This record gives sequence, structure tokens and C-alpha cells, in this order.
Amino acid sequence: MDLHFGDSKPTDDERAAVDALLGPPESSWEGAARDEMQAADLRWARGGRAARDRRDLLLPGLHAINDRIGWISDGALDYLCRRLTVPPAEAYGVATFYAMFSVKPRPATVLHVCTDLACTAAGASDLCAGIEARLGPGSGVHVERSPCLGLCERAPAALAIKAGEPVRTAVSAPATVHEAVLAASAPDSAREEPPAALAVPQAGEEELVLLRRVGVVDPSSLDDYRAHGGYTALRRAFELGPAGVIREVTDSGLVGRGGAAFPTGRKWQATASQPDHPHYLVCNADESEPGTFKDRVLMEGDPYALVEAMTIAGYATGAHRGFLYLRGEYPRALRRLEHAITRARARGFLGEDVLGQGYAFDIEIRRGAGAYICGEETALFNSIEGYRGEPRAKPPFPVEKGLFGKPTVENNVETLVNVLPILTMGAPAYAAIGTERSTGPKLFCVSGSVDRPGVYELPFGATLGELLAKAGVRERLRAVLLGGAAGGFVRPDELDIPLTFEGTREAGTTLGSGVVMAFDDTVPLPQLLLRIAEFFRDESCGQCVPCRVGTVRQEEALHRIAERTGAAAAEDIALLREVGRAMRDASICGLGQTAWNAVESAIDRLGAYK
Amino acid sequence: MTVTPLGIPRRLLEFTIDGEPVRAPEGSTILDACRAAGKDVPTLCQGDTLTPKNACRVCVVEVEGSRTLVPACSRKAEPGMEVRTGTERARHSRKIVLELLASSVDLSTTPKVADWIKEYEAKPDRFGPDAARLDEEPRVDNDLYVRDYDKCILCYKCVDACGDQWQNTFAISVVGRGFDARIAVEHDAALTDSACVYCGNCIEVCPTGALSFKSEFDMRAAGTWQESEQTETTTVCAYCGVGCNLTLHVQDNEIVKVTSPHDNPVTHGNLCIKGRFGYQHVQNRD
Amino acid sequence: MRKRQPKTYTRLTHPLVRDSRDEPFRQASWEEALDRAAQGLARNRDAFGMFSCARATNEMNYVAQKFARVVMGTNNVDSCNRTCHAPSVAGLTAAFGSGGGTSSYEEIEHTDVIVMWGSNARFAHPIFFQHVLRGIRNGARMYGVDPRRTSTAEWAESWLGLNVGTDIPMAHAIGREIIRAGLANEAFIERATTGFEEYKALVEPWTLSLAEKVTGVPAAAIRELAHAYARAERAQLCWTLGITEHHNGTDNVRALINLSLLSGHVGRYGSGLQPLRGQNNVQGGGDMGAIPNRLPGFQDILDADSRRKFESAWGTVIRPHYGLNLTEMFEAMEEGTLKAVYCIGENPAQSEADSEQAVRRMGQLDFLVVQDIFLTKTAELADVVLPATAGWAETDGTTTNSERRVQRVRRAVTPPGEAREDIEIICELAARLGHDWKFADAEAVWNELRSVSPDHFGMTYERLAEHQGIQWPCPSTEELEPTYLHGRLWESDPAGRGRLAPFGIVLHDPPVDLTDERYPIRLTTGRRLDSYNTGVQSGSFASPLRRGEYIELCPEDAERYGVVVGEEVQVSSRRGAVVAPVWVDTALRPGLAFMTMHFPDEVDTNQLTIEANCPIAGTAEFKASAIRIEKLPVATIVR
Repeated sequence: MDLHFGDSKPTDDERAAVDALLGPPESSWEGAARDEMQAADLRWARGGRAARDRRDLLLPGLHAINDRIGWISDGALDYLCRRLTVPPAEAYGVATFYAMFSVKPRPATVLHVCTDLACTAAGASDLCAGIEARLGPGSGVHVERSPCLGLCERAPAALAIKAGEPVRTAVSAPATVHEAVLAASAPDSAREEPPAALAVPQAGEEELVLLRRVGVVDPSSLDDYRAHGGYTALRRAFELGPAGVIREVTDSGLVGRGGAAFPTGRKWQATASQPDHPHYLVCNADESEPGTFKDRVLMEGDPYALVEAMTIAGYATGAHRGFLYLRGEYPRALRRLEHAITRARARGFLGEDVLGQGYAFDIEIRRGAGAYICGEETALFNSIEGYRGEPRAKPPFPVEKGLFGKPTVENNVETLVNVLPILTMGAPAYAAIGTERSTGPKLFCVSGSVDRPGVYELPFGATLGELLAKAGVRERLRAVLLGGAAGGFVRPDELDIPLTFEGTREAGTTLGSGVVMAFDDTVPLPQLLLRIAEFFRDESCGQCVPCRVGTVRQEEALHRIAERTGAAAAEDIALLREVGRAMRDASICGLGQTAWNAVESAIDRLGAYK
Repeated sequence: MTVTPLGIPRRLLEFTIDGEPVRAPEGSTILDACRAAGKDVPTLCQGDTLTPKNACRVCVVEVEGSRTLVPACSRKAEPGMEVRTGTERARHSRKIVLELLASSVDLSTTPKVADWIKEYEAKPDRFGPDAARLDEEPRVDNDLYVRDYDKCILCYKCVDACGDQWQNTFAISVVGRGFDARIAVEHDAALTDSACVYCGNCIEVCPTGALSFKSEFDMRAAGTWQESEQTETTTVCAYCGVGCNLTLHVQDNEIVKVTSPHDNPVTHGNLCIKGRFGYQHVQNRD
Repeated sequence: MRKRQPKTYTRLTHPLVRDSRDEPFRQASWEEALDRAAQGLARNRDAFGMFSCARATNEMNYVAQKFARVVMGTNNVDSCNRTCHAPSVAGLTAAFGSGGGTSSYEEIEHTDVIVMWGSNARFAHPIFFQHVLRGIRNGARMYGVDPRRTSTAEWAESWLGLNVGTDIPMAHAIGREIIRAGLANEAFIERATTGFEEYKALVEPWTLSLAEKVTGVPAAAIRELAHAYARAERAQLCWTLGITEHHNGTDNVRALINLSLLSGHVGRYGSGLQPLRGQNNVQGGGDMGAIPNRLPGFQDILDADSRRKFESAWGTVIRPHYGLNLTEMFEAMEEGTLKAVYCIGENPAQSEADSEQAVRRMGQLDFLVVQDIFLTKTAELADVVLPATAGWAETDGTTTNSERRVQRVRRAVTPPGEAREDIEIICELAARLGHDWKFADAEAVWNELRSVSPDHFGMTYERLAEHQGIQWPCPSTEELEPTYLHGRLWESDPAGRGRLAPFGIVLHDPPVDLTDERYPIRLTTGRRLDSYNTGVQSGSFASPLRRGEYIELCPEDAERYGVVVGEEVQVSSRRGAVVAPVWVDTALRPGLAFMTMHFPDEVDTNQLTIEANCPIAGTAEFKASAIRIEKLPVATIVR
């Protein structure tokens, strides 16, 4: 491609960061210094398809620069583009899409302070103000108010990222001003994060299925995983054959746990039967729904389970490459999974010949970079492919045209790990758990006004009240948010809602991704609703008008009525409803379609602004 | 060996639009079928030479069995589909889309939009005087064309035309996210520091006048732009042997703008800098 | 960087005359100017040459060549196609009997391999290149053969940076490799070609390693291209002036055509040869007979039947021999056998290689009438200057593009002042010279052409509008022919195949202007995206890309000569010297420099180029001069 590059040159560090990912450039056309070039370079240059086909390394390349330098300069971006044959304008569009990247100079350390729902309820405003007072300009730390960091059980939370070689991270949660500042100034000497098991109040309990190993196994040890039943499911899968696995998964009644509740067996079958090849497997670990942290706990506490489950899913659907799209804000999960994949590969559980069964499968981790929308399945494909994380029009559906335009099965972490017990206990036994239409165990992320926040595993069918009782719900409960920012509020007198897909649907709300966030009356409801509206405005990708402008108009209206009630708010509530209806009806993807749900439920169910 | 390919014959699909049976060739969009049936569905981001982006959502219609409304411009017609174009639900979304756009950008040079605003009874003022707008100043950084992003509805057409659908220059991209997203060149630099080759194929597809010939921009500013007095004459470019068709827009015997027929087998509506802008020499008359 | 605007030309609005070349022009009435022009031509009836215009309409070219043949009784008519694509026409004609490109733009979107040889279409033919890009997006693999790594070459799977003027060794090595690897299309060779054995013997010495030595391109790269082209089910071979603007341009063209014969990549949908034309109507000008060896409809003057047809249609006698081509006409000026020239819309004073010589030669003419829209450098030499209209915007008619598509041009603006349409002016002159032609309008001219040219017969103005242009041949008013030519070569019936296509037995002959110690740098020339030819038209719009003329060097050479971007240097060849600022371009390599001819009023590049002409087509070797670069005593930096 005849790309245009400006005069900006990369620094040695920036060049090194890119070369560490891609290897040294092979010719001056790719960015090697002209004097290093052999004369043959000026006589023969390769390019074309092979050069253009590396676009999917753009996002890893941007991470490499951002990790090393802390921001992405013109020269660094141009160098990356030259290496990958990507037009600089497009790369700039991609770099500016993600909240974790900056194309303007900033200090090497960025402290992300969560101001989302659970943390706001836990005093994030004061925390933020305190931190910002301490870490002003010149402190060497850039403080960024951040959407949910997935640490709700330890709210309020902060995440420090210090660029360098290697990049260093430190989590402070529950954060105090002092500890957050310490984590940001010296991430290396910050206190070690508590083990993932501390986020599982039930850890060690006998009846756990999905969380059985969390806190029990050493998450770094493949052998310990195997000693606790690991890789028996994969062996069973090879016995059943791909069609047999799909039959088991179908019979188990498993439906997707990411929020849409689509039958997993049907999705696998649809992908497996596509004549177009290759097939891809994508694990959606971009857990960004405010209030959700179960996938993080699974990945941190039992990483090999996900590796095994992905291998089974790949086997069943005829995929030989799996992509694990991991949230950029999950440094520990990243380390654990990188380690687990390396170990599994070294031991023949991944690679050319998995378990000697003649099946080739491997997993690549791709890190998100701060974009809620990338949890949408098709936006996630675009993100992996090196484009802006904008959702695609459906149809065609991913099972037909997904990643790289090929048949793709995409499942979220929790969905995948359910496949292990399905295969080890058999579909009938699995289906016996839960209710008739919602089978199996379910993870819930309980946070907010409870004594024991964390991830809970219950069979489908337990009531909201039972779950909250387990978590030790506190007095003066004002509202419970189910399903996160895209979910809905319910009242304290609705605690008998059964926690099943059908039960919540009948109650006019949603289970979503399993968020259960309890609020007492210390947090003003309008403030929460504003935070939700602000979240969607920030996270809208901007592609379609209803969402791009609608989220702004809704936030404006909620600002206007923050202090108003009754007739004074009526006109704006009508406006919210009209705009919300068009957003739900006419937005391209689930983000715009559900952005107004929580606010609507607060008005209708909780009587906000009355 | 001398057979001229005629393309694979396409099957006809049968479905209904507003209760009336229609037939359309396989691969047609709902919009194609609507237009063939004489139904008017408004469109902004749809372009006859581009793959539908379905970003503006002003063309949404109801399809029986679909949870949400569907964009007529991109959704392929299917056998047995029941499409309804004028339901209250579809009209409501169109109205809101028009209100959202008109309250945030300047639609004064967008053809037809004033009629639609009237037809759908849209009231863009209802969001109040403080409603956020794009508030961009026109970018005049070269003598050939102007980028007035205050008029930009972010339809992606210019990006698609500059990118892999036609020009493959990739000088522009959508940059940033959400309401702050804008069309920009790399590093948000001036056009003159970018990969732009001034083919003007972005102007050709821009539906709102956000991108315009400098001549048009200046004449509009001076109040002398009179579209009704312009003639359009299609001829052939004289700058190389490719034979691009040029449609010369002439006002008072001056060429004020150059386009190309979108269905032309040579250009498909595209031109290069010379064909698009290189006309001045014939009117160096004194 | 200083944006330098080239000289802007203002439209001619009145006829200009003068009594002697030392005097300035004065405005004259049309009557006076036409009378003077008629007198000047009349007194040189036996020593007349017509420069027709490859940028004007088919109709104008038809009338212009008719003027030469009927009014002046000569076949001395030619146009600037001589300076660019005459070798393509000559080469294609020798192989296939017809001078047009064999494929259509649309076909390149549906082909498997595209070879762009000596063509920077991304700059010179941008909208054609969009069709190439479509092809690439549809999965075609593109190969680029060019001394420079141009924007076009950057899209290639593989770019082969050969030495200037080594196209025949490259082509022959590819041919040999195709044969040796057993990839030749034996069925096609057997059925449709002649001279294969001779060709096989011809290319046998051109091993990959010898080709590597001569072309400078690694053997593996040549081998890869050979295999890709021969193995493709469909392939397109496209070239531009990098092939034709050599002293052996026709041989170069033949060497490329050989590859298509060898692989059967001609005469099928998606497989063919596409020379990309530089002027909007260089194809049409030739088709209309505005060349010295062909009558309208590309009918050979030596063919008695054709002559007879035209003689009866025109009521005249057509000389049964070829006329002089442009290059020969210039030589005849030198010899004094050509004394009067009627130059329509051409600017040879700046477009000819060795432009100083061209100016000197025209100065020796007894009479020069120039018909143009500007007072060009050539017009400045004239005795009479006639203000004309811009063909593409101020007249009606047709032009024919590179894919042989005849398309309507239409009058959109009224010409300035007293400017008149070309056809009207020619007819006025014809009338003064005893031939009273009556053409009501351009369509009347076209219909006369249709009546004498079977290939155009089916193209009524009405049909041209309906189909947005029609490709020739179009013998029927009812049907359309396939988009490609020479499908006949694939006919199983030998009778239907017609004349078989001969392999071209051509030898390598390196550029005439050799590099040596005194002139160590190879200068090659080409176009930029936003400029056109001598810049007379394109100079008038404010292109943000335009930076004026530069001598472009690779970074290593800039360092060797101690010069920086913008620094003015003296550039000398064996013929002349110019001063030009330096530009540094990584697409070049040591010993290779690049210039354009877009800004002759600033930097007259053609003072450097060599008038070494192709003996068959007469095209000069613009692509290969030997130069040296010297720092100026006082450094001037242009910023």
C-alpha cells in the first residue's frame, strides 16, 4: 500500500517496544534504517497481501508502545504503521478509540480510580478528590476517573499502571488516599493483592461446581489443576467426538452467561456445520459491565479451567485457533492466563497435537484497552482485527461471518467453564441442577450494601432474597440493581424474584450478567442514575445516531432533573422516554438498546423523581 | 472461449411491504425493494456506490418477528418477510433520529432534511438551548475543498470512499469515541500534512455538505450560490487516457463544481484531483 | 516549503498574426488570420505537415486528417501519440493487426494476476488504478516492474526494481523461465501463434542469472513473476510509458506481448494486454486516421481496397504510401523538405525530447499556424495563431479512451471572446483552399466517419449516450461485441482464427545515452499525480500537492553530492543543462534520478532528454538520459 508518513520518527525506546513484539524489521520499506539495508532491498520488495494481513497486530502493537512509554507519539504510531502496513489515519482512529491509550504526552504512571456504581456507593467521590489533591500536575502520576474496574467486592478501587520495561501494575482495593498514592508512586512495593479466593465467600464449600477449585488449587500449577480433576473433561470430549460434545452441551440446556442467554449447544452446532473454514473460537473475557467481576475471579483463581474449556469448545466447533479477549484492566488475570497457556503448551495440552489426539489448537490472548463496547461480540471481532471496536450489523451472525469474516463461536468465560462439569457429570446430571428452563449453577456478583460482597454460586432458582441473605444485606435497603448498568432496578419488596432467566423476565427485569448490587438510602438515586447515563455516554462508540446523540441528550435531561421531582421533572421524563424508546428500537447494538433500561426501571419501579 | 459472462442469474424473492406482495432479486436490500415499490424511506448515510453502513438509522422499518427495528438500507430482503415502513414505531424512531441530528449539527445544506423534519413533526429545539452541539469551525486549509464538520453527521461515507471501498488512500478515519468522535486525518493534522490526494471522492459522497468544493463554500458565503441556475453537463476528462466522465456544474458560464455519474462504468462516480479540480484553465479568460 | 505556482496561461480570445518572426503578435480579425493561414499553407502544398491533437475530439481529428489528405494531398499527419504510445500501437498491430489494448477496465477487477510494467498508474491513471485496486481486493496478485518503487509498486506482492532500459532482458528471462518450467500454454501457442521455435531460441541465452546481472533484479524475483504470470488462470499485463519511451519502444512492447502469447493471456475475458494511454484521445486520434499510416477506422493506407473506399467517399486521390510521422516531420524541417505546419493543440516546443532542437527546427519553417486555447511556447513561434475551444468542455463530439470506449463529450461552457471550434476553423481554411465542406455539427462528422469505418458503424450518438460509451469494434447498430479483443485466436476452426499472432523476435539494446564517469547518473522521467504533461492546463488550479519541479535523488546520492532538499543544483546531460532544486525520495536508488516535464517554464527537463528515436514508432527515449549533478558556487535553498 502506498502509505503516507510524516516526518515524525520513533525514539529508540518506542522502536524497541514495537520490535520486541514484531521482531526486527526485514527491510527498509518496513522501517529498518536505510543504511542497514542490503542493496537487494532496492531491487526487490515484497508486499501485497502478506504485508496487509498483519492488521490484527495493531492493537497488541499499540499496547506495546503504551506499556513501554505510557503514551503513543506520532513517531511511534507511524513506525508501527510502517511495520504493519496500516494507514496512519486508521491507526490513529483505533488508538483514540480506547480509553487506556493516550496520543498526547502524559506521565508514565496512570492511576485509574473507579468512580462507578459500587465504588461511588463506597465513597469514590471523596477518594478521588483526595487522590487528585495529592497527585496534581508534576507528581509524575496522571489520575484518570475510570469506569468499573471489576473490583466491586473491594470497593472503592484504584489501579496503577506504570509504563516501562516491563510495565508494572498495582491494585489498591479497598483504596484509601494514602494507599492509592503509594501504589501509584511505587507499584513494585505496593501490597500484594489478596488471593482471588477472598472474593469467594463460599470458597471451599463442597457443593460448589464452578468455583470448586478457586482457593483450593494453586492457580499457577498445571499439575495441581490436574490433581483436582483438571483435564478429565477434555479427555471425555475426545471420547465423545465433536458431535458428541455438542450433543451433551445441547442436552445440558446451557445458555450463554454473558447476558443474552442464547443456547450454547445451538451456537456450537451452527458454527461447526459451516462449510467455510477456518473456524475460530473467541472467549469473551472483556468483562466490563459495571458491577461484574466473576470472570476475573475465575481467571485469577482457576485459569487452567478456562484453557481446558476453550480447548473443548474449539474441538467441538472445528476451530484450531482460539482468541481470549481479555479486559485491559485485569493485569493479574492476564499474568495467570499467560502463565497457564505457556504451561499447557509446554505440556502438550495446547499445540499441534493436543493430548496426542491429533487435534491442533492454540490460544492467543488479546488485551482490550478500555472500551466497554468491545464486550459486544462483533465489536470484539473488530477490535481483535485491528479496527475500531464498533459493532457490526447483524445479520450476518458470527456463526456465519465472525472473526476475520469466518465462522466463529464466541462465548463468555463463565459459559465456557460450565462445559467442564457438563462433560464430567454428563448432561442429564447437569440439567438437573437449577430449574427446567435455566439449568446449571450460576455465578452472581454481589456488591454494594452487603457485609460479604463477592462472587456467589447458586443453582438457578434461588431467590434474590436468599442470595442477599447469604451476602449479609445491610439495613435500609433502598434498591437492588440487577444485571449492571444495562440491567434494571428492583425494590426491596421484590426480593422473592427467582434468579432465573424466566423468573426475572416475568418480573419485568433482567438477570443480565449476574450483577446484584444493593444500595441503601445513603446514596441519592439521581446521582446513581446520572453516573449510569454518564457511563453510556462515555462508552457509546459513536457509530449510530440514536446512541451517540441519544446518550448525550439523556444525560443532559438527567442533569436538569437531578434536583427536581414531580411536575418539574415530568417534561424531561417524557423526553427521556421518547429518546429511550428510539435508542432501544433503532440502535445498532445492545449498548444503545439497553442504555436506558436502568434509568427507566428506576423511574417506573422505584419512583425516582416522583 | 468467447463467452461474455453475464453474472449469475438471481432468484426472485417474494415478501410483503406494508401488506402488499413484492418480488425482488435475491441480494436486494429492503430499501431496494421499497424504492422499486415506490415507497419513500428517508436515508442519509446510504450511498449508491458504497456498502451500507447503516449508521444514521433514519431508514429504520419494522420487520415482523424482529425485536428491534431494522435498517432498510442494509438488511437483505428474505422470503416471506413482512416489512412495514410507516408504523408509529418506525416513524417515532425516525423522528427522534432527525431531532437528535438537527439538535447537534447544522443540517442547513442537507437535501430533503427540512421536508422530513416537517413530515415527521420533529422538534429539534426541545432539547433546550444548552443541548450539546458539535460546534466546529469550518476547516479551510487548502484551496480545493473545505471540511465543515459542524455539518457532519458521521455517516462514515467519506471514510469508506477514501478507504478500501474506492480510493484506498485512507487519509481519514473516525477518531475518538461517542459524541466526541470526529472525522480526522492522522494525528488530527491539517489536510496538507496528511495522505490526502485531493481526489474529492469524499465530497462526492458527503450527504450534508460538510465537505464541499471551496468554490461552493465561498459562493455560499457570498450568497451567490444558485443551484437552480446551474446546468449539469456530462463530458469526458481531458487529463489522461482513462476517459473519466465529468459532470460539469456551470453557473454564469463558470464551472463551479465537478462530479461524475455514479453508474458510469469508467468512474463509478470517482475522479482524481485533475479531473475533479483541474478545470480552471478553461476559464482563465482574462 | 514554498509553494511554487507554475506559469498560468490565459485563454486566447482573438486571432493573432505577425508579418515577421521578429515582430510581436498583433490582434487580427478572423478573416485576416484565416486568409493569411490559407496563403501560408497554399504556398507549401508539397511540404506540409499536420500536427493533430490527441486531446481533441474524434470528430476534430477526423476532419484534421481529412484536411491533410484531401486539401493538402499528404499523409503527413500525426499527433503527440508519437511521444508516448506509438510503440504500443505499432507493437500490438504487428502482433494482432489492431492497435488497441485488448481488455477492458472491468476485466482487471476479475483477473488473477496483474502485472504493472513501467506504469505508475496510481499517479498517471488514478481511476484506472481504482479498477486495479478492485481486482486486488477481489484477490488478484499484482506485480510491479519499475526502476522506482512508485506508489503503484507499493501495492504489489512483489516489486522488481530493474535497471532503466533492461525490459527486454527481463521479459526474455521470464519467457525462458516459463518455457523451461513447462508452464507455456502449448495449446494456445500451437493454435494461435507463429514463430515459437525462433522465440524459444531467442530467449534461451537469457538465464535467470544473466538477467539478474543485466537488470539488477534478483533471479528469484524474476522467477516468481514468471511462474505467477504463467500459472494464473487469467492475467493482465499493463504498461505505460516506461515501456514505450525508449529508443526501442516497439521492441519493448513486442517483448511483453510475447509473454501473453506464451501463456495464452490474450483474447479471453480477464486475460489481456492494456497499454494505458496518456492523452484523453490518443487512441481516438489514431483510430480517426490522424496518423501517417492509417486511414480512419485504423485501415491501412497501403491497402488498395481501403484507399478506394475513401477515395470514392471523399472524391479525392489518396497517396499510396505512408506519410511522415511527427519525428520524421521534425527531421524534414531540418532538411528543409517540410516547410509549413498546421499545429492544432500540440506543444512540441516543450513536449519533444531535446526541446531546444525542436524549437530551432520549427524556427526554420516557412510557415507555422498554431491553433490552440493558449499562447503556448509553440504558439509563440507561429506566424498565425488561431484561438480555439477546449475540446472537453466547449465542444460536442466524442473521444476514445484506453479501453477503446468511445464516449460523448459535450459543450458545457461558452468559449471566451472570438474563440471558435476546431472543426469550424479547419473547414474555413479548407474552403479557402478550395474544399467547401458542410458539417452541420459534430454528429454530422461522426456519421460520415461511421459510414467509412466499420468498427465504428454501430455507434450512433444515441447509442453512445444510452450505454455511457461503447467499445470498438462495434460494427452493428443492434448488438455489442465482447469487452475484449482477439477472441478469434481461440477459435477451434482455423478459418475463424484469422491471422495468427507472431512472436516478436527482438533483441536487447541498452539505452543510447550511456552513463559514464562524466555523466554517472541515470535520469528517468515520469508524471506526478496532480500535474499533466507540460502543465499548461494543470498549472491553473491550486493543487496543495504541487511543489514545482525538482531533481529527485535517493538519500545516498544526496549525501554523496553533499546536497540537501531544496538546494538548487546544476543538472547537465550531453545536450544541455538546467538548474533545479533537489528532492530526496527513498523510492530511488543510488545512481537513479527522476524528473518530470510538468514545469518546463521553470525547469525545462526536456533539454536534458535525448532524441534517440524508436525506428519503428518514432518515439524518443525520454526514460533514459545520462546526467551529472553539480553544486552551485553559491548555495540557494528553495523553501
